[in-house]
Amino acid sequence: MRTPVTVKLFAGLGPKGWLAVALAALVGWVLVPMAHLLLPEGHPLHVSTYAITLIGKILCYAVVAVAMDLIWGFGGILSLGHGVFFALGGYSFGMYLMRQIGREGSYQSDLPDFMVFLDWKELPWYWTGSDHFLWALFLAVAVPGLIAWIFGYFAFRSRIKGVYFSIITQALTYAAMLFFFRNETGFGGNNGFTDFKRILGYSVTAPETRLALFGLSVALLLGALILGRVLIASKFGKVLTAIRDSESRVMFIGYNPLHYKLFIWTLSAMLCGLAGALYVPQVGIINPSEMSVANSIEIAIWVAVGGRGTLIGPVLGAGIVNLSKSWFTTSFPEYWLFFLGLLFILVTLYLPQGVVGAWAKLRSRKAAKPAAPAPAPSVKAAATPEPEMPAGSAAKGASA
Amino acid sequence: MKRIFLLLSLVLGLCATSVRADVDPAALKALGADDFDAKSGAIATLVAAGDADARRILTALSDDALAVAGERIVIVAGDQVLDAATGAAIKPTPASPESISLNNSLRQQVNSALAALRLLSADRAERLASAKSLLSDMGEGATLLPLLDKALKQEQDGEIKPILVQLRAQASLASPDAALRLQAVKDLSNSASPAVKALLLGLLEKQGDTFVEPDEKVRAEAQFAIKAIDSRLVWSDLSGRLFTGISLGSILLLAALGLAITYGVMGVINMAHGELLMVGAYSAYAMQGLFRSHLPDYVDYYVVAAVPVAFFAAALVGMAMERTVIRHLYGRPLETLLATWGLSLVLIQAARLLFGAQNVEVANPAWMSGGLQLAENLSLPWNRLVIVAFSGFVLLVVWLMMNKTRLGMFVRAVTQNRPMAGCVGVPTARIDTLAFGIGSGIAGLGGVALSQIANVGPDMGQGYIVDSFMVVVLGGVGQLAGAVWAALGLGVVTKFLEGWAGAVIAKILVLVFIIVFIQKRPQGLFALKGRFVE
Repeated sequence: MRTPVTVKLFAGLGPKGWLAVALAALVGWVLVPMAHLLLPEGHPLHVSTYAITLIGKILCYAVVAVAMDLIWGFGGILSLGHGVFFALGGYSFGMYLMRQIGREGSYQSDLPDFMVFLDWKELPWYWTGSDHFLWALFLAVAVPGLIAWIFGYFAFRSRIKGVYFSIITQALTYAAMLFFFRNETGFGGNNGFTDFKRILGYSVTAPETRLALFGLSVALLLGALILGRVLIASKFGKVLTAIRDSESRVMFIGYNPLHYKLFIWTLSAMLCGLAGALYVPQVGIINPSEMSVANSIEIAIWVAVGGRGTLIGPVLGAGIVNLSKSWFTTSFPEYWLFFLGLLFILVTLYLPQGVVGAWAKLRSRKAAKPAAPAPAPSVKAAATPEPEMPAGSAAKGASA
Repeated sequence: MKRIFLLLSLVLGLCATSVRADVDPAALKALGADDFDAKSGAIATLVAAGDADARRILTALSDDALAVAGERIVIVAGDQVLDAATGAAIKPTPASPESISLNNSLRQQVNSALAALRLLSADRAERLASAKSLLSDMGEGATLLPLLDKALKQEQDGEIKPILVQLRAQASLASPDAALRLQAVKDLSNSASPAVKALLLGLLEKQGDTFVEPDEKVRAEAQFAIKAIDSRLVWSDLSGRLFTGISLGSILLLAALGLAITYGVMGVINMAHGELLMVGAYSAYAMQGLFRSHLPDYVDYYVVAAVPVAFFAAALVGMAMERTVIRHLYGRPLETLLATWGLSLVLIQAARLLFGAQNVEVANPAWMSGGLQLAENLSLPWNRLVIVAFSGFVLLVVWLMMNKTRLGMFVRAVTQNRPMAGCVGVPTARIDTLAFGIGSGIAGLGGVALSQIANVGPDMGQGYIVDSFMVVVLGGVGQLAGAVWAALGLGVVTKFLEGWAGAVIAKILVLVFIIVFIQKRPQGLFALKGRFVE
């Protein structure tokens, strides 16, 4: 007998989890908007427009981090190309935002300004339908999904994994960035899309629109977390973690890892696309530097800082790294790269399970003092060690 | 005594110019006319005379120093006013000389006339330079014909003469005499320059209903000449591309050799490998500075001194990285990747703070600048030739080290089977450090090579990590032969694709090709034979 989806949903999260979700929703949808709109400017609890935009941006990053965690933390696949999926979603939705500018651009033309500048007479074919909100939203999910599926199919089919896979995704990122830097590609080249005016007829800079986008970001993040929790708790998730820990054994038992990896990889890319679509109207610009190699690797460090293989970890990591980034880049711009670099090194050396893992360890050590050591089951899932492989043969991992 | 002699010769020289001062007064007068056609004719007459006076007058004309003062044409030189015909100062200074104006086409005529006059100069280098500049931009050729004839008669130099023949042919294409034009086209068919091809193509173009070239015979001959030039161009073009491909390949090889060793031995991707290239390049920069300030006489050899310095600098950085970070992450390849990326960020920022965020200037030494001219449009730059040879040398050294020394044997043993090598007494930990040092040192050598052809800046290494890893993937792990073939193959294929589809598309195509290739041969071109499970 099949369990109904609703029951699965409830069981997957548990009462405590649902309580946390409800609390987060309360904060995101009620308290923050109230603090922004009702409290006067000077009030200590007032949330400024800057803060709303910053937090909204970080929420989008957090969704990307969760997506990254699904494939890296649970699938053992380190992608260095998630920035591309994020930016593709952003570009797809950006096309709609560009069309919404209408004739209010500096050239008063129906075409986006950069096309007038390039002396193009009509929209390229792939811009067809970009003036429809729903089509743009569909593209924001479908384009990253499709590209991820095609790439993943060929990569996983030939069992490319480990560092091989990472480097190839990095090469993909590099190529995509170069491609979008070209003017002929039709996405604004170097400058990308900017100067947005409206979304669904509402001004993008109006505080209400910003709050609505903020609320949507909260919803997307919660949705991603719930989806992740349900997936991980399901049989699918169990097979996935098994593949992470020993792919060969899973194959010998009779599973085909291809479908599992391909599904989670595509899903992860689609989540990134959605996050990108929400990110662009909040930040107000999308350009090819969003696809740079460094950006994609940074996503991995968000997840690593927070804690791989946990769902809340990536959210924390994205928050910690990005808040410190905006603090550093305004206060000590020269030292940001040092900090980031050291973060990469120190986290991998001393915090292999991230902040969440360190916290769990601390708690279990405290708990172990009075009673017998019995780590919580959730911690155990999170703290699964990296597959033990002799280093020499690990080098040949991809060639086997 | 000597001084007197000098003075005498000076006086004699002055006399000589004044004796030869037989500038056509009519032509000189026409220069001052308001009519631009008359001016143009006057310039042509002056060029045909082709003597020092003509040169002096035209130079003044081009500098806007030629002026009309009453009936006379004069040259205004600072406070003095000179007579244009004789070059002698006029006293008393005439009041308010009126400068002679030129329009654009006249100015171009004057400039090309001046270049043509330099063809008669006694200095070989000046003649060559002026011939080359005329080749690229001749302007109104017909007026230069008499001068070119004169220059051709005088010219003895083997390098300049063929250029003059071609110049003459180009100039006579504009002549009204059809026979002369036919001969010119025939002469031009021996050329192998793209500019000549464009010139001939111009003859075949239609203006309205008539062709630019009215004569049927000349057009047929031009068609024929274009074909001849094309076949010559194809070969030099192909070989030029092949060479740039090989040169790119040798850079990739230098970058990838080190990576192949470290990846082969430890199974980790060192994302800071590109920054080791940067360390090498900055070592070359530092050595250049040191030589300039302390050994200015030997500044041309700073590159030679930079080679060992770069090797040891990069090797030290590499070994420090291995000892402090990578060592502690064995068996966790994905995290090593992230940690080494962090290292690369720190190195980049350190370079920015030490040397500034801007690119620094690393000059080619004199013996590496210039090129080996093989054909008219095919010249192999010396710096690239040296780099190809250098990477061949490094390859040889690495091969000898890996195959003929005890250390190389240990490295190979650890690459093939780490636990077994440890069991028979190979000090695997020390081998790791040494291998990492050697791999990093080779990257440093690559950096020196790169400093000679590319910009040296803090993030110069970023672009190379992906490319050099592609070489390792394609070639197979721990295989020198594989790395060589893969590097050269990738270099040549990339350059040919670039010529055909542009740099970005070429990059994407190469990437697609590698992904497809791994589908077929997951172990690379040259796989180690053996049975692996994971």
